[in-house]
Amino acid sequence: MDVFLNNIRKTYNKGSIIAVDDVSFGVERGELFGLIGPDGAGKTSIFRMLTTLLLPDSGNGSVTGFDIVKDYKKIRNTVGYMPGKFSLYQDLSVEENLTFFATIFNTTVKANYDLIKDIYIQIEPFKNRRAGNLSGGMKQKLALCCALIHRPTVLFLDEPTTGVDTVSRKEFWEMLKRLKQEGITILVSTPYMDEATLCERIALMQNGKILSVDTPNNITGQYQSALYAIKATDMSGLLKELRNNELIKSCYSFGEYHHISLKGENADNHSKLIASLERNGHSEIECKKIDATIEDCFINLMENKTTS
Amino acid sequence: MQKPTNSPFSIFNSQLITFIRKEFYHVFRDSKTLLMLFGLPIIMITLFGFALTNEIKNSRIVICDNAKDKASQRIITQLEASKYFEIEKTLWSHTQIEDAFRSGRIKLVVVFPANFYYELMHLKKAQIQILADASDPNTATTLTSYVSTIVSDYQKELMQDNKFPYQIIPVTRMLYNPELKGATNFVPGVISLVLMLICVMMTSVSIVREKEKGTMEILLVSPMNPFLVIIAKAVPYFILSLINLTVILVMSVYLLDLPLNGNIGLLYFESSLFIITALSLGLLISNSTDSQQTAMLISLMGMLIPTMLFTGFLYPLENMPLPLRIIANIVPSKWYYIIVKSIMIKGLGFSAIWKESLILCFMTFFLLMVSVRKFKIRLE
Repeated sequence: MDVFLNNIRKTYNKGSIIAVDDVSFGVERGELFGLIGPDGAGKTSIFRMLTTLLLPDSGNGSVTGFDIVKDYKKIRNTVGYMPGKFSLYQDLSVEENLTFFATIFNTTVKANYDLIKDIYIQIEPFKNRRAGNLSGGMKQKLALCCALIHRPTVLFLDEPTTGVDTVSRKEFWEMLKRLKQEGITILVSTPYMDEATLCERIALMQNGKILSVDTPNNITGQYQSALYAIKATDMSGLLKELRNNELIKSCYSFGEYHHISLKGENADNHSKLIASLERNGHSEIECKKIDATIEDCFINLMENKTTS
Repeated sequence: MQKPTNSPFSIFNSQLITFIRKEFYHVFRDSKTLLMLFGLPIIMITLFGFALTNEIKNSRIVICDNAKDKASQRIITQLEASKYFEIEKTLWSHTQIEDAFRSGRIKLVVVFPANFYYELMHLKKAQIQILADASDPNTATTLTSYVSTIVSDYQKELMQDNKFPYQIIPVTRMLYNPELKGATNFVPGVISLVLMLICVMMTSVSIVREKEKGTMEILLVSPMNPFLVIIAKAVPYFILSLINLTVILVMSVYLLDLPLNGNIGLLYFESSLFIITALSLGLLISNSTDSQQTAMLISLMGMLIPTMLFTGFLYPLENMPLPLRIIANIVPSKWYYIIVKSIMIKGLGFSAIWKESLILCFMTFFLLMVSVRKFKIRLE
């Protein structure tokens, strides 16, 4: 285990706000691990405890064998950290930022250039531009370069794709895959469920608790009930009606469809539902069986938690 | 992880030098900081300087000529010729003079006694009374010295025709402010005010900015020793403050004709000590706040007002009630102000100011200890 957390608990404001509630998980060496959850789930708090910026209230943890409380200096020497907020010097140029962080980490840009080369050549044309004048995607690339410049053994990326356009997000994940091949353990957090499948293993988080830790395929595979995507002309009316329908186990809007799961395994239920909807004046009903996505699993896990 | 190839000592150095260079980039790329750093002292010196010269031109003075003889007439003509005075000749009693001072209409009164010339010729010695409204100490001192100069010029004039010296003794009384605060006092005051403000504000804001922008997070999760961060933050402002001091000194010597009587090396040494005191205070503030605005506010309110009030260059400390005089002792600029005045104006050496220097040393040591203890190696 390269990164390891055991019953970690973290509260703020003298215990009145529970940010991380009894969290345990482990990450293997060279793994690309994702912490998935909405804002306020406790992702940043976990990252800050792992990077020794915060002390846990209770529980213990280690990064590359070093204790996150006692051996904080050793951890600070070895890991790479990219905070959620763009945290480079806005009034320094791209090149100056990179050189600065290389020196701070006791190395030079030249020494580890091969590691960041693929990423850096994309922003190299702008190397004399101030970091504050870069686009969101380029800022992320620069921040990643700065976090990688000392060839860290573990890389912590806190919401690296938040506020970045779709194309840049895609590129960013490509870069992470390449870094994984270099043998770097990567922990990444994201509120975007669609990015979960790009990780090898994920932890789904909600309100400081971990809902599930597994590979994305195993998590979607564990989704038990049949899931349908449904669409009609009057979408908001449809949602209201579905919510009151007794055949429905759960329903929520999902892009241009509503996702529904039915009570019981009875195949008749599906046609019964369509019939009742048509009777109530809904037209152009389109209903198809679909495979669960991570988001469906997340909502399912969340609902199970609140009902149980 | 890439192992550093250089020796630890050179690594230590290159980290520090890179960090200091980065700090200079921050200063020189931000026009607001630059303006604050160099605009503020220049504006203050100029403002104080010209406010002072305007005040003295055309001051209303009253001459009570009880003698009306050759000597008094001669001196009055000289006074009238001066561009600094607007003369009014009357014969007033002392109560009338008192009333005129209270109403603020006049700045100075020159009283010639009866038999002025007679006494001068026969006793070789005569008195002339100069009364000044010293509630405005700068003006009072300047005006008094002008009058005294004119009187002593006349004295020299008389000496040319006679071997025996005639003595005219100007008996000066500073009303309302017997401590005689001089015009030269404000430059040491401005130096301590500017150094205090700039050092405290700039250091506190620059460290808090790293926290606010989130760069402190990265710096903490790095091999760099946090104390190196502090040193790297202090060095640029130390250098800039010394440049500032030079600008102020050059301006006051060449623009305001102020004397620089003492050892300039000693002045720089003592100033360095005071700058370090102020920098430590800035560090303390930055370690106790989380936003640039709070840091700025604390530095401004917490430094500007006590420095103005308790340094002694605007309001004489001697006239303050005892509790305020005791409070003034914890204001570092009070001690620095005494040091600068002793070196610049009085031309004294280290033996005269070792006590003040020692107090500043203790203050610096105390502030540094507290801020080092308060420095957070984590986020909370």
